[in-house]
Order: sequence, then structure tokens, then C-alpha cells
Amino acid sequence: MDFTALAGLPVADVVAFTRPAIDWHAVAPELILLGFGALLTLIDVIFLDRAKQYTAALAGVGLLATMVPILTLANDISETGPRVMFDGAFVVDEFALIMKAVFILSGYVVILLSTNYIGEGDYWESEYYGLMLSSILGMVVMASSRDLISIFVAFELLSIPSYMLATWKKRSLESNEAGLKYYLMGVFASAIMLYGMSLLFGVSGETILTKVNASLTSDPLTGDALSSSTPILTLGIIFVIVGFAFKVSAAPFHSWAPDTYSGAPIPVTAFLAVASKIAGFVALVQLVFVGFYARADVFQPLMWILAAASMIIGNLVALRQTDIVRLMAYSGVAQAGFILAPLAVAGDVGDQALSSIVSYLAIYAAMNLGAFAVILAAARKTGSTSIESMNGLFSYAPGLAVAMTIFMFALAGIPPLGGWFAKFQIFFAVVEQGGTWAILLGVLLAVNSVIALYYYAAVARRIWADEAPNGDLTPIRIPASLSAALVLTVVATLVFGFLPGSISQFTDVGLIAGG
Amino acid sequence: MLLNQFLLLAAVLFCLGVYGVITRKNGVMVLMSIEMILNAVNINLVAFGAFNGTPIGSVFALFVIAVAAAEVGIGLAIVLLIYRNKKSIDFSEVDLLKG
Repeated sequence: MDFTALAGLPVADVVAFTRPAIDWHAVAPELILLGFGALLTLIDVIFLDRAKQYTAALAGVGLLATMVPILTLANDISETGPRVMFDGAFVVDEFALIMKAVFILSGYVVILLSTNYIGEGDYWESEYYGLMLSSILGMVVMASSRDLISIFVAFELLSIPSYMLATWKKRSLESNEAGLKYYLMGVFASAIMLYGMSLLFGVSGETILTKVNASLTSDPLTGDALSSSTPILTLGIIFVIVGFAFKVSAAPFHSWAPDTYSGAPIPVTAFLAVASKIAGFVALVQLVFVGFYARADVFQPLMWILAAASMIIGNLVALRQTDIVRLMAYSGVAQAGFILAPLAVAGDVGDQALSSIVSYLAIYAAMNLGAFAVILAAARKTGSTSIESMNGLFSYAPGLAVAMTIFMFALAGIPPLGGWFAKFQIFFAVVEQGGTWAILLGVLLAVNSVIALYYYAAVARRIWADEAPNGDLTPIRIPASLSAALVLTVVATLVFGFLPGSISQFTDVGLIAGG
Repeated sequence: MLLNQFLLLAAVLFCLGVYGVITRKNGVMVLMSIEMILNAVNINLVAFGAFNGTPIGSVFALFVIAVAAAEVGIGLAIVLLIYRNKKSIDFSEVDLLKG
């Protein structure tokens, strides 16, 4: 059978397949992560229970080993410029490297959080870390993907293991429900995103983002200005962005987040709320800045609506939460609104919008992981995640109380903590654009910061001012790995706040390379 | 080429799939509806690929088929887990978490 005729190609156009050149240094982080993920799975199969005590440490070592090629690559591309492979489908530039570093380090903190939690509970231990590494691998690939197919594959690679991780408490109905809701929403979102991608592919005939971008303004065949395909490409862009809006839990597509967060094991919740969400933003940023940049008239209004709705709905619903994990879920929805806000002005102030998003993502990872680390530590004693269980934390665990206060005020954006610099940059980028709608969005950002302060400060007040439940003042025994995670996140939150230059020198990345 | 007919078929399948995901309560039926959306995507990709004269569309469709198999595998595992714990796969009964 003649397959070339099937593909609609004239036979003369078909050339023999030659392997594209592979830049091994540029894919080294992915290969190392893949190697350690496979190694973990193998060790589990061969040594069974005897390997259990080493799996967490091995996963941590794997992540730290992955940092080595990221650092050498960072040194390398600062001299030679971005590395491009596969016709521009895989690009290693400054943006990709800093996001890879954020994924690896937040993955490492999540491993630290998991070590005792998973070891002490009734969980399957070794598969947990293998799946965690493959999900992180998906995120690391996502940071380099500049092509519709590779974005889709990376998105599924990071999502599919996390559906399983959310269901990890096999006998708990809550965890089953968390996983089910996450799975249904995730698969539904990726199906919608794919439909959008198929429409974009139809309009442009290409999947490489730079080529898609070039063909969104003019017809690829005739070179004329595009008019007849505008409805279909608008629909395509909307579907793709809505698909990722599910992933980053932007309102009105956030309904899965609170249920999934409260039902899943707490370290997995931290993973979903930080790493997985940041991966969604990375994909959105790449699509907006490389793939759709020519059609700011389409994506900007959509981003404006998503940002405003997420901030308002997230904050207002967070006000009446009684469970700290659900509170973090709704605060995460509001934070998603903050991160989407610069995308609503990205067509005009691209550089600033991009660097403000990148610094927000890095700081968001530090302070949110820290808050989950404290929740995890406090739940070791109280066995509950209700906000009341935080009452009087200072009287029996002063260190945790100070840490939680730092994270809460950082999330609220109080200077001089990390969140302040992040929020300031976002606000600055939005107002810089100067249009009526941008100023209105700036006002929404300011008002929502104040609303958010109310519920974050309420948690801090419970910690310092209220009595411990039942007057129980026995101290909390915090295992070493959990303390390490707390120290890392506290230090990061403080350094990013007091020395904003420490983060902005990395996040001032310039526009993303297309390839 | 008759591109419109393929796109209409895909659009109808897509709408039926979305309707199914939203209204069906039976777990397996929801998974089937999701498959329907993904197949609408495949029809779109292959039709556009042939229309634009490029094999990329068919390649993309192959990726979608492979990943959809993995997704449904996980989905059936979760449905099976819920069946073991609850003896039912009616999603409207999975409602412990709210607020």
C-alpha cells in the first residue's frame, strides 16, 4: 500500500528518514531524571521490601544530580545562546533552565516532605518516588517544549503519574474521590486542549510554535492577510488556553482543586499546588509568548477575564473556609489570577510581563511549599487539617509558628518577605501598559491583595493569640527531612524578599527563544 | 477535498462527548465520552493533515491514540478502586468532599 499517497504528498517529496542531530548536553537533565526514575522502579522490583529505606534518598540524589547539567548548561548558553533541537521543537534557553531548576528544587522539597509521611502511613512506598520522578520529568520536558505535540506529550507525562499520586491512599474514600475528580477534570481539560490544538494545526498546517505564530496573521499558502480563518483560530486559541486554565486551577475551572487538595495525601497536595500548577503556567507562557504572540487581540481579553475571575472568586471563597488545606486551595486559585494578570497585557509589555511571571513562579514555589510543610508538621500532632488545629501553635511549637507566620505574610505580599517583590512586579508590569483595562486590572490586583491579607492574617492570629486545643502543650517531634524542607523554604522566602536582586537577576530572561 | 464534512463530523462527536462527560453518572460511560472527544480530535487532525498535504497531522493523531490508551488505563484503575471500596461506580455517589 502506498502510504505517501495517503498523506497527500507527491511521491517525489518523500525523502529517506535521517536521524536529527541530538545535542546530548542539552537533553542531559531529562536523561538523568529518566535514568533515576527507571532505576527506582527496577530496584523496587528486584529488592522488594529491602530497598524501601533507600528509595526516598535515591530519588533526592537523582534530583540533585539533575541540577548539575542544568548549571553547566546555564553557564554554556550565557556564552553561546539558546540551544535548538528538532527543528525548534525542543529549545534550551534561559527561561527553560530557570523553570527546570524551579521544578527540580520544588520536587526535591516535596521528596523531603514525603519521606516520613509516606514511610509511616499505610502507603506503597517505592512506586511513589518513581512516579514522582516521572511527573517531574514531564515538567522538565515541558519547560523546553516549543511545539504543540511535545507540549501535549509533556503535559500528559506530568499529569498521568499525578492522577495516581492523588489516589495514593488506596483504602481511603476521600483519597479515591480526590483522584477521581482530578483525573476527570484533567482528562477532560486535555481533551479540550487537544481539540483546540487540532484547530490551530488546521489553520497553520504546522505544530512548531514559531511557525504557528507566523501563520496566525497571514495565510501560509498565499501570504495574504488572514480573515476567513479568524473564527476557527480564535476558537482554537480559546480551547487551548481553557485546557491549561483547568491545570492551573483558574476560575471558573477551579472546582476540582479544593476537593483534590483536601483528599490527597498532604505531600502530594503540595506537589499539585506548586510543581504541577507551575508547569501549567510554563505551558501557557510558552504558548502565549511564542505561539500566539501575534494574536494579542484574541488572548489578552481571555486572560483578563480569567485573571479577574480567579482573583475575585478565589479570595471571596477563601474567606469562609474552615479547613487550612482548602484555604490554601482557594488562595492558590487567587494566586493563579495574579500570575495570569501580566498575560492580559503581554502583547504590549512582553519583557516585563514575562520576567514578572517567572519571578512570581519561583517565589510562589518557595512560600507555598513552606506553608504545606508547616501544615504537614502540625498535622503530625493534631491529625487534622482544620484551621482550629492551628490554634495556639506558638505555645507548643514556636519554630513552626514563626515559619507559618512568615509564609502567610509572604503569601499576602507584606514587605519585606518574598511575596511582596513578586506581587509588586506583577502590579508594575500591568500598570506599565497604561490602558484603561490594564489600570482596572491593577485596581483589582490591589483590592484583592487586601482581601487576601485578611484570611492569611487570620491564620497568623490563631497561631499567636489563641489557646491550644484542650490545653495540650506536648511539643511536636519534627523529623530531620521535614526540618530541612522548612529551613530551605524559609531561607528562600526571606532571601527573595530582602534581596530581590537575587531572584530578578535570574528571572530577567528576555523573550523566549522559539527555534 | 471535502474538508467540511470531516470537521462537522468531528464537531458533532466533540459536542456529544462533552455532553456525555457532563451528564453521565456511570464511570465507564464518562470514560467512553472522553474517548469520543479524543476521537473527534483525531478526525480533525487527520483531515487537516491531508488537507494541508503534511504527514504531521497523522503523526499527531498517533501520539493522541497512544496517550489516550495510557489515560484510560489509569481511569479504569481508579474506577475499579472506587468499585472495590464502594461496590458502585455511580459518580454521583462519590461526594464526601465539599465546602
